[in-house]
Amino acid sequence: MSEIKLQDNLFTISTSPHIRADASISKIMWTVNLALAPAALFAIYHFGIPALIILLAGSLSAVGFEYIVQKLRKKPITITDGSAFLTGLLLAMCLPPAIPAYMAIIGSFIAIVIAKHSMGGLGYNIFNPAHIGRAALMVSWPIAMTTWTTLSGKVDVVSSATPLSILKLDGYDKLISTFGSAPQMYKAMLIGARNGSIGETSTILLMLGGIYLIYKGYANWVVPVFMIGTVGILTWICGPAGLFSGDPLFHMMAGGLIIGAFFMATDMVTIPITKKGQIIFAIGAGALTVLIRLKGGYPEGVCYSILLMNAVTPLIDRFMKPVKFGARG
Amino acid sequence: MIKSFRGGIHPNDNKRYTAGKSIEIAILPSKVIIPVRQHIGAPCSPIVAKGDLVKKGQVIASSEAFVSSPVHASLSGVVTDVNEYPHPVFGKCLSIVIENDGKDEWIEGIPVERDFEKLNDNEIKDIIKEAGIVGMGGATFPTHVKLSPPKEKKIDTLIINAAECEPFLTADHRMMLEYSEKIVTGVKIVMKVLGVQKGYVGIEDNKPDAVSIMQKAFQGTTVEVVAIPTKYPQGAEKMLIKVLADREVPSGSLPMDVGVVVQNVGTIVAIYDAVIKGIPLIQRVTTISGSAVKEPKNLLLRLGTTFKDAIDSCGGFVEPPAKIIMGGPMMGFAQSNLDISIIKGVSGILALNEKDINTGTQSPCIRCGKCVSVCPCGLNPSMLSILGEKDMYEEAKLEQNLFDCAECGSCVYVCPAKRNIVQYIRYSKMKNNADAAKKKEALVK
Repeated sequence: MSEIKLQDNLFTISTSPHIRADASISKIMWTVNLALAPAALFAIYHFGIPALIILLAGSLSAVGFEYIVQKLRKKPITITDGSAFLTGLLLAMCLPPAIPAYMAIIGSFIAIVIAKHSMGGLGYNIFNPAHIGRAALMVSWPIAMTTWTTLSGKVDVVSSATPLSILKLDGYDKLISTFGSAPQMYKAMLIGARNGSIGETSTILLMLGGIYLIYKGYANWVVPVFMIGTVGILTWICGPAGLFSGDPLFHMMAGGLIIGAFFMATDMVTIPITKKGQIIFAIGAGALTVLIRLKGGYPEGVCYSILLMNAVTPLIDRFMKPVKFGARG
Repeated sequence: MIKSFRGGIHPNDNKRYTAGKSIEIAILPSKVIIPVRQHIGAPCSPIVAKGDLVKKGQVIASSEAFVSSPVHASLSGVVTDVNEYPHPVFGKCLSIVIENDGKDEWIEGIPVERDFEKLNDNEIKDIIKEAGIVGMGGATFPTHVKLSPPKEKKIDTLIINAAECEPFLTADHRMMLEYSEKIVTGVKIVMKVLGVQKGYVGIEDNKPDAVSIMQKAFQGTTVEVVAIPTKYPQGAEKMLIKVLADREVPSGSLPMDVGVVVQNVGTIVAIYDAVIKGIPLIQRVTTISGSAVKEPKNLLLRLGTTFKDAIDSCGGFVEPPAKIIMGGPMMGFAQSNLDISIIKGVSGILALNEKDINTGTQSPCIRCGKCVSVCPCGLNPSMLSILGEKDMYEEAKLEQNLFDCAECGSCVYVCPAKRNIVQYIRYSKMKNNADAAKKKEALVK
């Protein structure tokens, strides 16, 4: 016999396969958190300490609520997997920088306790928890959620209103004149030197994070491409001065579209599981966003359009099954 | 560039342990334990009894059934026991124990030297049947049955499965390097029996040396040696046919329904030995590998050699293994002990440590969709696992194409939630089959 002593000469048995890839939920979640980090850090630089406080309040309270719920439900504590932290962080990034911290904490409560755990916890929630938290705050404190105080950030914030609300209230010409010129506006939108929710302003940093996720295989490229593309095409077609007079570039970078398309509409749990289904989801979310922006009462519609598409996700999954091998004969 | 099949995964192939090692003839064991059932089909009955003297190549168990395959003595010696012994696939099986007399004598009439051109098709098929040849890739379906397709099925293509897509395994790889002439003749024999003109040898492109040797060996024939993209499960028959012949075997059908017969490299070598040399299937090349094995090797082993003897031929273990597997890590069978014997379908014995198997606690599905994107069968493994977990196996069958799953395990490999997806699928299949059997029984009554 070999030198190595074998315990009882018995080995573990189980059915195949016997090897697994080095993948885990916590790896995915922390990678998404990491991908959000550049935009979050920029937000702190841009909006100052109040943004940092909201980011911390949102993410840490989400982790705390998850711990309490799992303790009460007598479930394994999974707060280290990064998913609650991610929900809180995403929620905070979608809030205005001047909001009181307690509102962010209440948003986290709604996101974690109601949207996530009352549905059964990670994997069972139908709606994106961060967006549910945001939507609940929106109906509860509409003023606080739409007050865009100019903050003492390092980057000059040109207006106390968000670009989308200027567009809604004063029109496209006023929007351009606020920034000086169209190229200056695009530059500000790309870098993030504009007003808006904490984490949504920097197009370039959010895209960087999103592309990193796609590269790591944790997000699907079809969702952001189809969602942002749909918004671009529809806003170009439905312009203020007739067909094909819109400004797609502005609309694609405005509001919460970039963070929504790269980080919310790619939330695995709440979107269709097949690629075909994800395309339908993304086009639907993009089209609803445009509908709300151009025809609705709100200046921005990314949050509601993603939530609405979350609702039809089970339906999309039912009809968009993968085609089995050999079905085509 | 060859178009690959949809889905699939790229696990670390771990072939470095043994890819460069020549096939080594293992030291003869002091005894062999030979199960009477080493194939898919009707089991054999022993035709020797305790105390009988047998010689190498002698038939020791056989069956009258067409879909069956006889079993031969792999050593000369005395039958010391005919009893139930552990079996690598069926748990337990009636087995014949032969104690080695050290003479290693052939039974009369073996070996011979034959020219296959002078034999007719039926003679060749009979030789293959009598030699006990079965699919050596692991499926162990009797080869003579595969070579006798029903008349209405027009076979026009032979595919040699040399993909060897399972990690660790290198037996087929080494056979291609060392037995290339045998393989060429073996392929000619099979093409003659099937009456086909077109042949393919599909080799994954992680074995460039095998590709070039086989290409040279098959030069001037109608057999095309193709380097195909390395991706698990490339060695699955249907995937191989799709990639090489661009034909999609319809759901629920067999390769012969699209005019193709697939044979494994090892089977072709066994066919050569039987038809040309008259040697029945009493030995095979098996890869002994894994991080827990001291000196991984490709061994030419007599059937019935125990796993313990085989691993001892490789210097034993360097650390206590976490799992012993018969076959590859993706579709092989875990074994509880080492007193199991090597049967015709054992392409590898792996001793893996904890790190290799990377288990974890199963958690709820987060619908990441990885399983859907890797499933070569075009299924929704996530949904199938959830339905299995909830005992909704009927719905799995009716709405989620349960029975189209080939159980390749790609979904389990990629799952970040460590879900036992294939295991739930097997459970659902079992439950459905049990229900069907019950229904049939009720109908008979």
